[in-house]
Amino acid sequence: MTSPQLSSETCPGLAPGVRLTFDKARDRWVVLAPERVLVPDETALEILQRCNGTTQLDAIVDELANAYSADRSEIEHDVRDLLASLIEKRIVTA
Amino acid sequence: MSADGGNLTAPLAALLELTHRCPLQCPYCSNPIELERAKGELSTSEWMRVLDEAAELGILQVHFSGGEPAVRRDLPDLVAHARSAGLYSNLITSGVTLDRARIAKLAEAGLDHVQLSIQDVDHQTAAYIANYPGVQGKKLAFARMVREAGLPLTINAVINRHNIARVERMIDVAVSLDAGRVEVAHAQYYGWAIRNRAALMPTLEQVHEATRHVEAARERLRGQIVIDYVLPDYYARQPKACMGGWGRQFLNITPSGEVLPCHAAQTIPGLVFESVRHKPLSEIWAASEAFARFRGTDWLPELCRTCDQREVDWGGCRCQALAVVGDAAATDPACALSPKHDVLRALADAASSEPPPDFVYRRMAPHDSKTALAPTTS
Repeated sequence: MTSPQLSSETCPGLAPGVRLTFDKARDRWVVLAPERVLVPDETALEILQRCNGTTQLDAIVDELANAYSADRSEIEHDVRDLLASLIEKRIVTA
Repeated sequence: MSADGGNLTAPLAALLELTHRCPLQCPYCSNPIELERAKGELSTSEWMRVLDEAAELGILQVHFSGGEPAVRRDLPDLVAHARSAGLYSNLITSGVTLDRARIAKLAEAGLDHVQLSIQDVDHQTAAYIANYPGVQGKKLAFARMVREAGLPLTINAVINRHNIARVERMIDVAVSLDAGRVEVAHAQYYGWAIRNRAALMPTLEQVHEATRHVEAARERLRGQIVIDYVLPDYYARQPKACMGGWGRQFLNITPSGEVLPCHAAQTIPGLVFESVRHKPLSEIWAASEAFARFRGTDWLPELCRTCDQREVDWGGCRCQALAVVGDAAATDPACALSPKHDVLRALADAASSEPPPDFVYRRMAPHDSKTALAPTTS
């Protein structure tokens, strides 16, 4: 099964059993999931922090494009890529 | 985004064996042959202190395990305490003792995740493996209640010669129960499983077949369920990074508070373990002799010390080296470069080529008969 194309209106959120939390002992953000601890890079963290189940994909892309004064289509490509991979790993739900 | 592989100084996860009591008697249980009794178990307040010390040390995830952790009435209090300490909590359970009300209580307490073991999809074989009539029906009902309570679920299936033909159906059951993840794990041969090796060991051909089914299911179910597959060491060519490396990411606490680098570490003679009853967890992690003994790469045998995989597999499993080679400091015989690699394979071939003997079920040893029968002096 291939991941379906995400709609621009979809509101991605963290999957059940997944928490994004600050790891004080190691001074970094981590994603806690069943039997997994993942360390997001800076881009992944920016995206994950906006996966609150209420913000639309479009709005996430807008925010990031503004924050980084970057080309919107490039940002959109990166966000969709990352979300598709995290949905497959059941870290994110859409 | 990558799995954690950095140079960590603090453990990431702890397996908390709240008790060795369990209603099931699975012959591959990871608990030691010498099971601990209820009277020696840490109290509620002792476990709460341990949870605080774990969070302080940098542990991120705790796995409430056993035995069957739910036989402890204070489980919801411990889960709530873990949550308040910022820990991610996972319940590793047989599922046969929890009703809807207690599941709801655990969910309210902030439990993050439930891992349910299954023995088979075939009800009769499942009952035979667990030595518990009706076990599968209870587990299916439990799994549904877990999902109805909104808790995420992993199904764990330990693979052995009795259930290996139904790997595909076990994965499908996990999907039908709305599990987010399924672990298809070949039995690991320590403790009870090594005692039952001949009764459990599949043939190489069966393992290949199971692996093909898992790979096909991964393709078929992509995006629907995460499938983790643990290969059997006896037919492997490369050792596993057991525990992610000894004393590197993980610790195990027994019901009475002994802190172990892995759940089978007590099989290694000469290691001295320390208890959370006498020392803070951080001190045990940093300074306990048992943790230092096989930590890092300095202790490695010559063969491993020059190997480019030394910081990938960390020399493999110490308990397996001991069980098969007779030396806990030897290269894990699962490694094709080990001079004893052929021994491991020969053990598996010999065990699997004969009809399976009866199980030696996991049970507490009877009380010492001398004590029990001693005449009273009063």
